[in-house]
Amino acid sequence: MEMVVVAPPAPGALEDLRRRFFATPLQALLSLVSLAIMVLLAWKLLNWAIFSAVFTTSGGPEACQAAAGACWSVIAARWRIILFGLYPFEEQWRSALACVTVVAMTVLSCIPAFWTGRRIALVWGTGTALYYVLMKGGVLGLPYVGEEAWGGLALTLFIFVTTCLIGFPLAICLALLRRSDLPWISRTTGLIIDGVRSLPLISILFTFAIVLPFALPQWLAGDKLYRVILGSALFFSAYQAEIVRGGMQGVPKGQEEAAMALGMSYWQRIGRILLPQAMRNALPATINQFVVAFKETSLVVIVGFFEILASGNAAYGTGDWRFAYVEVYAFIALIYFVFVFSLSRYGAFLERRMSVGER
Amino acid sequence: MVGLLRNQKVRNALLQVFYVGSLAALVLAGVMIARRNLAEQGITSGFDFLYKSTGWDVSFSLLPVTANDPYWWFFLIGIINTLFLGSIGLMMATIVGTVVGLARTSSNELARLLGRTYVDIFRNIPLILQVFFWYAIITHLPTPRAAHEAWGVLLTSRGLYLPAPNIGGVAMALAIVAVIAAVVLPVWLGRTSRLSQPVGERLAIQLAGVAAALACAAVILIVGRLPDLPLLDFPALQGLNLKGGFRIPPEFSALAVAIAIYGGSYIAEIVRGGFKAVGKGQVEAALSLGLSPWRVFTLVKLPLALRAMLPILANQYIWLIKATTMGIAVGFTDFFMIVALTINHSGQTLEAIGILMAGFLTINLSLAAVFNRINKAIALKGNQLRG
Repeated sequence: MEMVVVAPPAPGALEDLRRRFFATPLQALLSLVSLAIMVLLAWKLLNWAIFSAVFTTSGGPEACQAAAGACWSVIAARWRIILFGLYPFEEQWRSALACVTVVAMTVLSCIPAFWTGRRIALVWGTGTALYYVLMKGGVLGLPYVGEEAWGGLALTLFIFVTTCLIGFPLAICLALLRRSDLPWISRTTGLIIDGVRSLPLISILFTFAIVLPFALPQWLAGDKLYRVILGSALFFSAYQAEIVRGGMQGVPKGQEEAAMALGMSYWQRIGRILLPQAMRNALPATINQFVVAFKETSLVVIVGFFEILASGNAAYGTGDWRFAYVEVYAFIALIYFVFVFSLSRYGAFLERRMSVGER
Repeated sequence: MVGLLRNQKVRNALLQVFYVGSLAALVLAGVMIARRNLAEQGITSGFDFLYKSTGWDVSFSLLPVTANDPYWWFFLIGIINTLFLGSIGLMMATIVGTVVGLARTSSNELARLLGRTYVDIFRNIPLILQVFFWYAIITHLPTPRAAHEAWGVLLTSRGLYLPAPNIGGVAMALAIVAVIAAVVLPVWLGRTSRLSQPVGERLAIQLAGVAAALACAAVILIVGRLPDLPLLDFPALQGLNLKGGFRIPPEFSALAVAIAIYGGSYIAEIVRGGFKAVGKGQVEAALSLGLSPWRVFTLVKLPLALRAMLPILANQYIWLIKATTMGIAVGFTDFFMIVALTINHSGQTLEAIGILMAGFLTINLSLAAVFNRINKAIALKGNQLRG
């Protein structure tokens, strides 16, 4: 005899809805409350940001103040200050191009084809050099613009890129030193790393920007911008060093012993065997650290730099747009959100991709 | 000589001496140059300045303060302000994080979506931007004349005014200690081995302990009450300003709200991770024993999740305490701001930086030590955490 098993009929849309959201009274209550919050927030936000907002500058600040919703005309009127800061008006295309360079560089280094030490170094080296030439000028017929006039998004990106560029190799050095067999070296390095990690970034930036010139001879003090970048790179490297060290601990000991048995020198072992595997282990945490570093560039506003947050403050703080602070902050938040969110989504994608490989 | 260099041990020793020595030389050179530079400006080094009066004032302090007070008193005020802001911010962030984290792990899709949206938005915007945002919002609130009012609480652009009890400072401190005792006592009584009674009888002793501590607090409050004044002092409009009550400045509220919202989004992820770490088998076993979903949650899921969360949570708390230094952006006089002001006014750069480092090291290490103790006390021995 043949048994015929009939599949239960597929639940209808209504049945599906009931099962997913109204299975029990508690579930129903939870669904309704969540739905109410979502609808309320979405309606308020859309109403403020779009339906009753003013988008054009034609009416000036007065038309904005009369409107019930957002005043996006402040962005239309002041976007140049927010994005470029004090950079000379006619030269602002250079600042914009420099931003594009940084973004292109970041996108390139996210592609696996570029993940060899030499290619990554090439991309970041040329990218940073291009950025520097574009911003500073003085060569190729570009007028000279000093660091004190840099500002807005371009400055934020510059601080981020140089922090990573200096901080990353430094982090690898610190991690290797901390793993050293020589007790004094590993202990001293550990002390430095833990000391930096226990301090707030602001206090380090403050020390490097304002206090360090006292402790340095005149010829070594340099521009405040580079001192601050050095401070933030040091902070970045202390955290990243622990991530790299964690990655190194994940490499089986047999790997290094095998390399030793093959007669490889210390640098060959580190460069060919240990680091590539360690970096692979540490990749998700590293991307996370980049995300944090990008968000933390916003702290340089405290030691007096005209980066995007400070230029945003200036954009609404002066003159007729004093009331439009929410819109300016929303705009800056959106810029940060786009960068940080895409970077962290990329990190999550990488993590998934790598865990597939390991299964 | 060359022969000595071929010896591995000698080489290692030399390497270490060279590394540590060059670092020490670097630091020493910096200190020497700094001392010379400062001496040229007529600033003597040393910690004597701690006993001089500052000559400046702070906008917010839990302790009485005047411009005549010495520097060490200002440092103390700064540390207390930092700890006060930190504990309020951490508490609020933990509440926000728990609610959002539970929403993210709930079986309801809409609640999950809501929690996820919250985390995605607030995690990806820098904290300092959020501090500026809330500060701008709060300072644009109505003036004291047109204040928002509810239950004696006034919300104005000059700060949040709360009704304050008319009680002496010492009595207030004692009462707070008694209330803390009321919380700690039952936990301690429950853990101590001196109480070998079964759970039911132990409960009575614990409750008695709580009642005694609370009664102590009440007595202290009544005895320590300032004479001839009502017990609660409500803020009220007088002329153009508000008089009476306890004023929380806008700087404090902006920082606390920002830390609660930003920190909450991180804590939510920690909470979610903690619940994800609870083994499926544990929950299934509890369900098969016939426990109700609520009891499965409180007796199995929550304790296990808490244990998985605690170490990461400790890191997050330390991070958030350090984040209070953003107060300098809006002008809240926390520990770091006092240090920065000291450097500006007295020029005692090296000493002030030293005090800053020592202060944060102490705060971080003690927080880490407390969490390590708790972690060790509640950690499961054996392999119960396996899925």
